[in-house]
Amino acid sequence: MPVGAASQSQSQSQLQPHGTLQGYDPNAFFCEMLRQGQPQHPTLTLLLSRLAALPISSLRQRAADAERDLLERGITFTVYSDATAIDRILPFDLIPRVITPTEWNQIETGVIQRVRALNMFLRDIYHERKILADKIVPEALVLQNAGYCQAMVGFNVPYNTYVHVCGTDIVRDETGEFRVLEDNARTPSGVAYVVENRHMSLRVMSDLMTGLRVRGVEEYGLRLHNAMAEIAPAAVSDPQVVVLSPGIFNSAYFEHVFLAREMGVPLVEGRDLTVEGGKVWMRTTAGLAAVHTIYRRIGDDFLDPDVFNKDSMLGVRGLIDCWRHGTVAIANAVGTGVADDKAIYAYMPRIIRYYLSEEPILKNVDTRICAEPEALAYTLDHLAELVTKPVAESGGYGILIGPHASKQQLEDFRALLKADPSNYISQPTLKLSVSPTLCDDGVRPRHIDLRPFAVTGKDTWVLPGGLTRVALKQGTLVVNSSQGGGTKDTWVLA
Amino acid sequence: MDIMPKRHTVHLIARHAEGTIWLARYMERIENLARILDVTNTFARDADDSRNWLSVPRINGDLVEFHKRHQVATQRSVGEFYLLDTTNETSVQSFIIAARENARTLRALISTEMWLQINVFYGHIRALDAASIVPEHFTAVCNMLKDGAQSHTGITEGTFYRDQAWHFYMIGRYLERADQTTRLLDTRFHSLVPREDASDNIDAGQWNALLRAAAGYHAYRREHPNGYHPQEVACFLLSNRAFPRSVGLNLGRVERHLTQLRTGYGLRGMSAALERLDQLIATMTYQNVTELASRDLSPFLDFVQREIGALHQDIVETFGG
Repeated sequence: MPVGAASQSQSQSQLQPHGTLQGYDPNAFFCEMLRQGQPQHPTLTLLLSRLAALPISSLRQRAADAERDLLERGITFTVYSDATAIDRILPFDLIPRVITPTEWNQIETGVIQRVRALNMFLRDIYHERKILADKIVPEALVLQNAGYCQAMVGFNVPYNTYVHVCGTDIVRDETGEFRVLEDNARTPSGVAYVVENRHMSLRVMSDLMTGLRVRGVEEYGLRLHNAMAEIAPAAVSDPQVVVLSPGIFNSAYFEHVFLAREMGVPLVEGRDLTVEGGKVWMRTTAGLAAVHTIYRRIGDDFLDPDVFNKDSMLGVRGLIDCWRHGTVAIANAVGTGVADDKAIYAYMPRIIRYYLSEEPILKNVDTRICAEPEALAYTLDHLAELVTKPVAESGGYGILIGPHASKQQLEDFRALLKADPSNYISQPTLKLSVSPTLCDDGVRPRHIDLRPFAVTGKDTWVLPGGLTRVALKQGTLVVNSSQGGGTKDTWVLA
Repeated sequence: MDIMPKRHTVHLIARHAEGTIWLARYMERIENLARILDVTNTFARDADDSRNWLSVPRINGDLVEFHKRHQVATQRSVGEFYLLDTTNETSVQSFIIAARENARTLRALISTEMWLQINVFYGHIRALDAASIVPEHFTAVCNMLKDGAQSHTGITEGTFYRDQAWHFYMIGRYLERADQTTRLLDTRFHSLVPREDASDNIDAGQWNALLRAAAGYHAYRREHPNGYHPQEVACFLLSNRAFPRSVGLNLGRVERHLTQLRTGYGLRGMSAALERLDQLIATMTYQNVTELASRDLSPFLDFVQREIGALHQDIVETFGG
């Protein structure tokens, strides 16, 4: 039953698709442009009429221009399959996703609250472990977690900040309620696209933005650099920050370049760094130069062959020892993986209440932990209705979306789940909100999510907007770039 | 000199210094190769077509590699070898792949426009195929390559921030130009200078080609309207201080940038390189070159090439990754 038709009869003042958007129907999903059941926002009304007035041929021409531009600029990520590496662009949909000031206020305060709780949780589990003693979170879930890092026990980090850069994946359900899907507290990526997408909007859709007050995204590099300088060893007046990348073959290399450029600091690889006399140095044309903060885009396991993966060629021998002696700062801290684990996620509302005595500003998606017998039984009984995910995977791999799975897929997954229940969580199938998106058959509703980026040194700052990912295939919910997702520019109205 | 007081030291990662040198050298190589191919195609046609085309792998020291793949030197085979063959390390394909990889490594240092142009240029070169090097397109392809390399040079001039990395970049460019000119002179001069002094018989077309390949034809005509004399051509290409591709001019530029790295950025350890460079520059006088050219220039050109190679090594070992 199409809700679009129902809402039409309910209220004449509801925004109506017309012109180029004629026939656009979000059905039962919440649409970020039409906002069924919510009061109209004048900017959205204006935007909708501007969009509707753009001929589809013009949209297609602009989309082609944008695609060529991305390729020429080498704004690409690398896909590895078998022995081949292919540079792909992350498809850009030119119709922006808009966030109103009220909505942004909720997201911003909600993200700040969540980052605070994550940092307090990390501080606690690597020190007093009160939350475990109080049985709020099961001890085994934390201490036996693959992301729990023994080397971090008892170690203090500046301002008790572990998660300097956090990407919080947020979706919106059919009622328009924002819900956190997951926290990315290790090395979340995507922020370069937030800025590049804005540049692209300004290049190909400037007429759409004329006269609108959209919050800027240019500050990110400066804010990040300031945070990196704040956490540098205290005695240093003009700290040297570097971005540590695995190198040009990494799929996120474009973003590493972006971060170094926006911060105005060297982009280094492990081989450019060395430890001597208890300090970290970089090899420069003038000899060794001191390094004070490392914004690393290398996983924990590869950072230091002395402490973690012995075979790692990407890291720096002795780095962790320097960190522990306070001669260098590392962001994000090692051992944050335990906090963004999908099993811990289920406890986040309780974690927020425990440390902050506040209700979560952003709700979780209702989550069942299959390690618990009742939850497992429920999940097995309702597999065809639920989304079931392995807790240790990222990038959307290994997920079963019940309603879209074949009988065979359900049976196969049932076996996986029974064999290792504690590896899985399940959630109700979300009716993710949609946004008008340029598709082969016209402007159509496609599901989206949002990843705002929070930068924390002494305090937390959230980049207005974030990365909006869009599932370009009709009906699909998976927005990950590795699985055919695209992105949109995200406009936070001032 | 800086108008603003220096707030903090901007370091250059050693590996990136080496990368900028290579980026410049590969882009120069593309232009030089295109120039030689174009001139060979257009001006070096005489009865012995194969000898003419074979001069290209000879200039580049590629005779062995060329003959592994092709029996006869023709426009087709030389074109394939230098324009299409990715297994040939001295083809424009290999050059642009290496240049782009260096540019990718240096992406955080070079300007956005530099990166964009290299990336697009890469796309054009990678798209070349057998159909693009047929006789009627050959010159157009060479022009596309020259245009791309020269756009790069112009964009670099206009957008590359002139700190340490730029100095290393310029060192790479000038080392490569000096090297290319010696090679050009070496092979052509070898075949052009007659045993006895009989310069009247010299094939003007061949001298034309040599000078055009070095982009020096018109300048040479202006300086020497009376004709070609081997010593004068050698002096023009080696000692002239106004000709942008003369060995002397380019070595002088290398010296200038090395000195600026020392005085402006306090880089140390380059005495050996500067010493070598001084001695090399001192040999590029008109008098010396005229005298050498009256006998056999080859041993001298070999020496210059070895010294340029040694200079690159000196610099990379002192500052590079």
